[in-house]
Amino acid sequence: MKQNTSLSLVSVAAILAATAVHAETTITIATVNNGDMIRMQGLTDDFTAQNPDIKLEWVTLEENVLRQRVTQDIAAKGGQFDVMTIGTYEVPIWGAQDWLVSLNDLPDEWDADDILPAIRGGLTVDGELYAAPFYGESSMVMYRTDLMEQAGLEMPEAPSWGFIKEAAAAMTDKDNGIYGICLRGKAGWGENMAFLTAMSNSFGARWFDENWRPQFDSEQWATTLNTYMDLMNNYGPPGASTNGFNENLSLFQQGKCGMWIDATVAASFVTNPTDSTVADKVGFALAADAGLGKRGNWLWAWSLAIPTGSDATEEAKKFVAWATSKEYTALVAANEGWANVPPGTRTSLYENPEYAKVPFAAMTLNSINSADPTAPTVDPVPYTGVQFVAIPEFAGIATQVGQEFSAALAGQQTVEEALAKAQILTAEEMEAAGY
Amino acid sequence: MARAVTTQRKIINTAAAWAVGLLIFFPILWTVLTSFKTEATAIADPPVFLFFDWTFENYKVVTERSDYARFLWNSIFIAGGSTLLGILVAVPAAWSMAFVPSRRTKDILLWMLSTKMLPAVGVLYPIYLLFIKMGLLDSRLGLTLVLMLINLPIIIWMLYTYFREIPGEILEAARMDGATLRSEILFVLIPLAVPGIASTLLLNFILAWNEAFWTLNLTAAKAAPLTAFIASYSSPEGLFYAKLSAASTMAIAPILILGWFSQKQLVRGLTFGAVK
Repeated sequence: MKQNTSLSLVSVAAILAATAVHAETTITIATVNNGDMIRMQGLTDDFTAQNPDIKLEWVTLEENVLRQRVTQDIAAKGGQFDVMTIGTYEVPIWGAQDWLVSLNDLPDEWDADDILPAIRGGLTVDGELYAAPFYGESSMVMYRTDLMEQAGLEMPEAPSWGFIKEAAAAMTDKDNGIYGICLRGKAGWGENMAFLTAMSNSFGARWFDENWRPQFDSEQWATTLNTYMDLMNNYGPPGASTNGFNENLSLFQQGKCGMWIDATVAASFVTNPTDSTVADKVGFALAADAGLGKRGNWLWAWSLAIPTGSDATEEAKKFVAWATSKEYTALVAANEGWANVPPGTRTSLYENPEYAKVPFAAMTLNSINSADPTAPTVDPVPYTGVQFVAIPEFAGIATQVGQEFSAALAGQQTVEEALAKAQILTAEEMEAAGY
Repeated sequence: MARAVTTQRKIINTAAAWAVGLLIFFPILWTVLTSFKTEATAIADPPVFLFFDWTFENYKVVTERSDYARFLWNSIFIAGGSTLLGILVAVPAAWSMAFVPSRRTKDILLWMLSTKMLPAVGVLYPIYLLFIKMGLLDSRLGLTLVLMLINLPIIIWMLYTYFREIPGEILEAARMDGATLRSEILFVLIPLAVPGIASTLLLNFILAWNEAFWTLNLTAAKAAPLTAFIASYSSPEGLFYAKLSAASTMAIAPILILGWFSQKQLVRGLTFGAVK
């Protein structure tokens, strides 16, 4: 009997030990619904094969819902997520709050020095890298080569706003439903304000001066908004005040836009013959400038970060290192082709001769490199961010300002009225925030 | 005396009812049709209505990418659980208000309804913190409780309306025959109010099934219901309307079928007491 009891105890101990050896850690990853992220979910067998003790659970949400969910969770220390997909707007703010785990200790083979300097700079706070870029993007001009040729014009590699207007006028053929230019008009800090803030940089406008005083009463902002209205009212599609990325993508793919200035990530969509009717007639150029040394393009990266509330930090780091590694890039290329590799994060990708064959690769790199989040516009500013201001108040303020500008585009008020309202509401919000 | 209705009038009324019905149903029909299109056809201008190459590709992609059964089970558990729990709490409350009203009953009823007027986001943060403390985040139990509390005013109001239609004398007779309070409610009141309770159950099941604010904010990977399933296919940077439509169709199909088969009870329940 005593021997039986001992044997039973040994067996139980052995089972417990075996369970401990095979204990699985589950990490929950919050991510956005876009082609690159979904592709990653499909390739995670490679990661789980290398890390059989780590199980992955995905929470995929629409971008704005995700932003709200992860912000709420990280601020309340809910601990719902071990890895979060966040943008270059959140990283500096959350990093400064110590809400994110530093990734400076990722393995040497991950090669942090290979990350594009502009992207790395946007994800670093006081020397600490708080997020690993999964894909980066800028904005550029996508145009119809056939319409440009018909108009007898040739798109320069780095056009000016003057040329954009000339080309838009020449390509517009409203009787046949072709509009010279399609730009974002839908209100939102990540919608029309992303475009207009980047555009305003090229005219030397600033959101704030060095003393955090709003600058919508400046001549530069008036020039920016008047140029935008002139383009959209004369050569843009009807109902443009409700057009965002998707609406313009749809218009461009159906051959209704002569030019479209938007995210570089759109290049793979408009050149995809399955979805685009103009796939073989698309050219690319840098975003326009006004001769002041700054172009109207933005800089964004969807990046993977680990909240300090995670109880599986080491496992999360393993995943982040895998998903943002050079090996992952090679894995995507092997499975889906080079055109589907997440762009805009690593120097080595742009040195790869295979990737260089992708039609929009060089223009994407040049666009990213021409944006500087630490010096976004002509005059000095007290903030970082090209198409945003990296302060917590910005999203709310810019959405309100975006509504005023969108109302002006819809003809509900004048440019002067919109700018005056933007100046007042921004000043009030900043004062309330203690600036 | 019933008013005579001419044939012409009947035709006009029927046509108007069909027109309104089709107008209301059109967005659902369009979603279902889009789910069988390619992404390119889904955004075609002018829009393509019926004559396109029908494809099941979107359903294939959606079922491969997402664990639909898990989302469905969570929806059934949360919607069913919150509705049943709500009925358990609401029956005694509605009985008390209908048959032994106090001076404050009407005020209490109005106060309960007033909680529905508060924007949900106003209490999001306190409830979120409470859920963290209680370990209820991303749990079916937590969500069941929250949805029960949210729908409770409506359940009580509906049951109160049905109970008031039942003559109090019947319950009084049961009491005189020696029925306890429990027996009175279980064996007299509930059997008499079955149609009303059934329509309350159905309506609240539908409300809980469609609830998208709390289900998105209090869940992550484990307890996420079909509302989160739909949200995972929405994207502001990429045209995935056909896949989004396929996901939406799969999410609404169970509740649509339930509603179709129970429409008589629903209409009867919703119009009960409306005409005296």
